[in-house]
Amino acid sequence: MENWTRVCALEDIPRLGSRVLLHRDPDEGEIAIALFRTQGEVFALRNRCPHRGGPLADGIVHDRHVSCPLHGLKLNLASGEAVAPDTGCVRTYPVRVEQGLVHLRLG
Amino acid sequence: MERPHLVMVGNGMAGVRTIEELLKAAPDRYRITIFGAEPHPNYNRILLSPVLAGEMDFDDIVLNPLGWYHDHGITLHAGRRIVRIDRARRRVIADDGSEALYDRLLLATGSVPFVLPVPGNDLPGVIAYRDIADTERMIEAAATHRHAVVIGGGLLGLEAANGLRARGMDVTVVHVCAWLLERQLDEVAGRMLQQSLEQRGLKFLLEKHTEALLAGESGRVAAVRFRDGMQIPADLVVMAAGIRPNTALADAAGIHCNRGIVVDDTMQTYDPKIYAVGECVAHRGTVYGLVAPLFEQAKVAANHLAQHGVGRYAGSVTATKLKVTGIDLFSAGDFSGGNGCEEIVLNDAAGGVYKRLLLRENRVVGGVMYGDTADGAWYFQLLKERRDISDIRARLLLGQGARGDLGHQGQNRAAAMPEDAEVCGCNGISKGTIVRAIKEKGLFTLDDVKKHTRAASSCGSCAGLCEQILASTLGGAYTPVAALKKLVCGCSDYSHDEVRRAIREQRLISIPEIMAFLEWKTPNGCDKCRPALNYYLISTWPQLAKDDPQSRFVNERVHANIQKDGTFSVVPRMWGGLTSPSELRAIAGVAEKYGVPTVKITGGARIDLLGIAKDALPLVWADLNAAGMVSGHAYGKSIRTVKTCVGAEHCRFGTQHSMAMGVKLERMLFDMYAPHKVKLAVSGCPRNCAEAGIKDVGVIGVDSGYEIYVAGNGGIKTEVAQFLCKVPDDDAVLGHAGAFLQLYREEGHYLERTCHFVARVGLDYVKRRVVEDADNRAQLHQRLLDALRDRPDPWAERVAGAARHEFEPLHA
Ligand code: SRM
Ligand SMILES: Cc1cc2nc3c(=O)[nH]c(=O)nc-3n(C[C@H](O)[C@H](O)[C@H](O)COP(=O)(O)OP(=O)(O)OC[C@H]3O[C@@H](n4cnc5c(N)ncnc54)[C@H](O)[C@@H]3O)c2cc1C
Ligand code: SF4
Ligand code: FES
Repeated sequence: MENWTRVCALEDIPRLGSRVLLHRDPDEGEIAIALFRTQGEVFALRNRCPHRGGPLADGIVHDRHVSCPLHGLKLNLASGEAVAPDTGCVRTYPVRVEQGLVHLRLG
Repeated sequence: MERPHLVMVGNGMAGVRTIEELLKAAPDRYRITIFGAEPHPNYNRILLSPVLAGEMDFDDIVLNPLGWYHDHGITLHAGRRIVRIDRARRRVIADDGSEALYDRLLLATGSVPFVLPVPGNDLPGVIAYRDIADTERMIEAAATHRHAVVIGGGLLGLEAANGLRARGMDVTVVHVCAWLLERQLDEVAGRMLQQSLEQRGLKFLLEKHTEALLAGESGRVAAVRFRDGMQIPADLVVMAAGIRPNTALADAAGIHCNRGIVVDDTMQTYDPKIYAVGECVAHRGTVYGLVAPLFEQAKVAANHLAQHGVGRYAGSVTATKLKVTGIDLFSAGDFSGGNGCEEIVLNDAAGGVYKRLLLRENRVVGGVMYGDTADGAWYFQLLKERRDISDIRARLLLGQGARGDLGHQGQNRAAAMPEDAEVCGCNGISKGTIVRAIKEKGLFTLDDVKKHTRAASSCGSCAGLCEQILASTLGGAYTPVAALKKLVCGCSDYSHDEVRRAIREQRLISIPEIMAFLEWKTPNGCDKCRPALNYYLISTWPQLAKDDPQSRFVNERVHANIQKDGTFSVVPRMWGGLTSPSELRAIAGVAEKYGVPTVKITGGARIDLLGIAKDALPLVWADLNAAGMVSGHAYGKSIRTVKTCVGAEHCRFGTQHSMAMGVKLERMLFDMYAPHKVKLAVSGCPRNCAEAGIKDVGVIGVDSGYEIYVAGNGGIKTEVAQFLCKVPDDDAVLGHAGAFLQLYREEGHYLERTCHFVARVGLDYVKRRVVEDADNRAQLHQRLLDALRDRPDPWAERVAGAARHEFEPLHA
């Protein structure tokens, strides 16, 4: 498996909830990534709302979306894009769940 | 398998709104084809008047550009009229011979203008006012001709007359009744309106019956003759004498019509494959001619087309506003008076202000306003909610502003505000931005404005202003919030009360159960409904229902208040505002040990530690717990503070031991969740140093006991608490306050503070349940105590390891 990093077990993230992952990025230094678990999938997004930097991992997860805890901006977890009429976008990371383990491609 | 085919006839406002709702509810259920007789995409018909007056262009009023149809895979045949429905073979046939087969058919053919059956009504120069083509012909006539006669002094006629006048024509309005807008206004307001229109140069002929339209030499209309022999010149005659539901097509196909196409509460016609919405429809015998009710119909029809099968249309009460710039007019409900009606009237002829409200059994049943309509939306809301107004009757005519409104410099005159004035102080949104969004994006409701501009989406105090801006921009087309059933959110078609009832009666004990039973439209709700459902569950079944942390806002999930930079604030409880040297020492210790950047006394009379990183919270709490302190719930829809004054314990005026009373109350209510936050205060005498007059429950000591006040609010809109009752001793205070709060917990809507709750149900109701009925009071109080018995400190639980995933990040 090239470039996939095992980060946690699926159970470590509550269903319809999230978990913060701290990662040392070669370019940006330590960054926070929010892991979200929906009904059946896991998504990873930079933990910083495009509006005013709110911690997305603290938001409420619904369907394939998260609502930012600070001012309610709604993001699509798959694309990292804000749901219209809001605008903005946040970086996403590829995720793979295998045998109950969550892997991320962080590169 | 191919998707079923939905064909719509009529590409107008109600029909396209139905398709929009359908795409939201079930995006892929149908292949969709639309036939529209007009060669245009769907546009905002109600803004034809500003187009006529030269205030807007056609491009400004397009609601769904061609790209919208394309993006949603909808086939649009613009400029093709359907001439026949073949129900046996389920197909429609257009005027150019083309056909389409349907699985479901949606009729949205609107209305046709009523043309007076008088000789000459087909002459060149005689125009009805319905669509953009008519409007263009009128604009053209205005450029080349002088005399216009508008037949009909209703909303449409006056808007046409105003527009033609603005384009320089000499305009006479002919009306059969004794005053203008007789269906919307009483005589006084009608006359005031006429006067201001006359000042703008319009002429009126009232109680005139048109007998014939006469042709001139060119063959074009040249004059109008009345039954009394009078004759006036006319190069342009606009027929605005009413509209008739456009039922010809349905009628010919044998679909049952009676005034309009008859539909049931699901908007289905007598043919189960065929639905109908809009002005062409008769629902329970009523035909509607304003967009607000039609949009409600659209929602219901879409719901059934999507096969969710839950919505019901139950009819609407409508309100109207005339869209003539500079003229302020509003009417709603029944204003004819009679049978048991009382009136309140304000008539300032010189100032040009007239307001008349009709009341029956202390409820607003109708109103007419002229000159000052700023409170129209508010009165309409009182009317729709059937709110008991006895408590505000004395100030009713003065309007909502007379009830205390801080925060916007008392600003409640949206129309008078300059474009750059800030409307939403939370998000910095100006009036101009909102007006632009309304026009450019075709917004109709407060909800639309919230979504598109963020105005009124934070504290909500500018919601009223935004509604006024909608009203003044759109005229009668805006849908006052009150006209819509207050849904929990867009994920379902149910109101808060309906959801609460279902939870109780069907014994639903989890969020998925509620969503399944009430057929939620989204897989697991949203950030609006889930917290509400979670609260309803735990307040209805305190022992049974399991709290769902993922349905709580982060503050309640992690028991601290999130800050703008993602850190948290921590407010330990100080029972009744009392503290001690050891507690203060512990707080000081925590502040030093964890480098807390800000330590502050709160407006709730306790200490706030601000700027603590999330992963440090359990450590901070552990130290506070060790000194005997617990959560102050400064973050929850829950009991916040019980403020007290020093009272009889120390004060030379104190009549009661307010500190002790406050501590008892706060201990009783520890960890109590509610529809919104709850604040109390106890003062030792009527000097009221603890500000009990603006609390959810305020207690004021007097020599012979305590006075209890409820439903005060010191926040967005200051509300003075109302006197509930007087009681002799501490136990009675606990019993009454507890029962009142339990009633609120059981019957309040999520996010409704006690002041809103009491305004909705009426103080009389609260008194009946809490004061007059001792048994019921005892039961309510007991249910509260049962629900709160032995509640642990949420901080201590987390220090012991609960919800660890919230506070411990992963590393990679
Ligand atoms: C900390 C405190 C300000 C202070 O430094 O003094 C405060 C801070 C906040 N208030 Fe407040 N309120 C504080 C006392 C008040 C008071 C005064 C009082 O409690 O006596 C009021 C008016 C009284 C009332 O509520 O009736 C008050 C009326 C509001 C409102 C408007 C409520 C309303 O119904 O109109 C909100 C907005 C809301 O709750 O939706 C609000 C919301 C907030 C929030 C929680 C906003 C939020 O959701 O993040 C603020 C958190 C700031 C932060 O960064 O942590 N705060 N807030 C006060 C905490 C008191 C405490 O010890 O618990
Ligand atoms: C000038 C004016 C001002 C108004 N102002 C207001 C206002 O301020 N507030 C308010 O609430 N309402 C106002 N209204 C009323 C509002 O516009 C209507 O209530 C609303 O447009 C009705 O929607 P509908 O879809 O039922 O009909 P329409 O919007 O009229 O749409 C019906 C469409 O069906 C087409 N059609 C008809 N028969 C066929 C057929 N056989 N085949 C194909 N297509 C067909 C028509 O050409 C038309 O385009 C105003 C109306 C006018 C004309
Ligand atoms: S005013 Fe009354 S209650 Fe307030 S401190 Fe003085 S005596 Fe006590
Ligand atoms: S920071 Fe996310 S909505 Fe404002």
